Amino acid sequence: MDTTVTTTTGSWKGGRSPFNVEYGKLMMWYFLMSDAFTFGAFLIAYGTTRFATNGWPNPNEVFDKYPLSDVFGKPMPLVFVSIMTFILIISSVTMVLAVHEGHNMNRKGVAKYLVLTIIGGLAFLSCQAWEWTHLYHEGAWWGSNPFPNADGTLSTTNFTNFFFTITGFHGFHVFSGVIINIIMLTMVLKGTFDRRGHYLMVEKAGLYWHFVDLVWVFVFTCFYLI
Amino acid sequence: MDHTLESLAAEQHVGGGKKEIWKVTIILSVLTLIELAFGFSMMGMQDGLGKHFIKGVIIILMLAKAFYIVGYFMHLRHEVRNLIMTVCVPLFLFVWFITAFLTDGNSFKNDKNRWDRNHLERSKEPMPKQDEGTHKLG
Repeated sequence: MDTTVTTTTGSWKGGRSPFNVEYGKLMMWYFLMSDAFTFGAFLIAYGTTRFATNGWPNPNEVFDKYPLSDVFGKPMPLVFVSIMTFILIISSVTMVLAVHEGHNMNRKGVAKYLVLTIIGGLAFLSCQAWEWTHLYHEGAWWGSNPFPNADGTLSTTNFTNFFFTITGFHGFHVFSGVIINIIMLTMVLKGTFDRRGHYLMVEKAGLYWHFVDLVWVFVFTCFYLI
Repeated sequence: MDHTLESLAAEQHVGGGKKEIWKVTIILSVLTLIELAFGFSMMGMQDGLGKHFIKGVIIILMLAKAFYIVGYFMHLRHEVRNLIMTVCVPLFLFVWFITAFLTDGNSFKNDKNRWDRNHLERSKEPMPKQDEGTHKLG
């Protein structure tokens, strides 16, 4: 047995990253894990309150509007929020493609897909702004719930409180994600990553952006579907 | 060989490339469409076993979507096993977290209905009609 071989190749013996990722990316993973617990705590608080309450508003009656729905005069549940969901999934795809172009050191490709991702993020935020404005005009806000329970009985304001808090916290994440992506785009266009010789920073921004999409999968299911 | 940022950037290429990205995109879209189909099928359905079953299926589909996003878009499936474990094992706390809190909420509701009859009667009252756009804040 030649012990020097194990000294140089053992992943915990120094000289190399045992997780095969650089420090920043590992820390991004741990940050996202802690953020998952924050969102999890919010959603579990929502679920606990819902389980502890007699009756609950029916999401299909509350979220059945879309822009111009008054003109068409036909409320359609789930349609608008499905569009929001697809916008976020597609922007996640363009982000993976940006990271992929980064592997190939293709500066123009990264810039192109980052622009598409930023547009997707802004589109999602616009949809959310429209939905919040619309709900506000219907009389919903923190501490104010105009929607009765599914069986017509008196509802509590917990429904709107949780809705605005959790979608607001998610929307804030989308907003900061868009800002981070804009910073990445300016750095790409200035050629910072070409000088560094790698696009690892775009990958870290990508992780954050996918996490935002991941959280939306849970928020969408908990608030709109079930 | 010692690690440098450049060598790490080069090593992290493992994965299915563009083909895998498009495959996962299609899987995510199809799963979302199935979720929406179940969501539409629940409309007008009475509360009961059937509705709970559909909600369970939707939650399983949600977890499948989470798996594809984290595994392929966030690249976790192609990372070193130790990294996967340090990220995923703590998340199992959620099993306790969800079970304990939802059970607690449910028993709170049952106890309150049983011991506070006034609360139970009040929750059966119809909601008074509120004018469009008015805010009863506070």
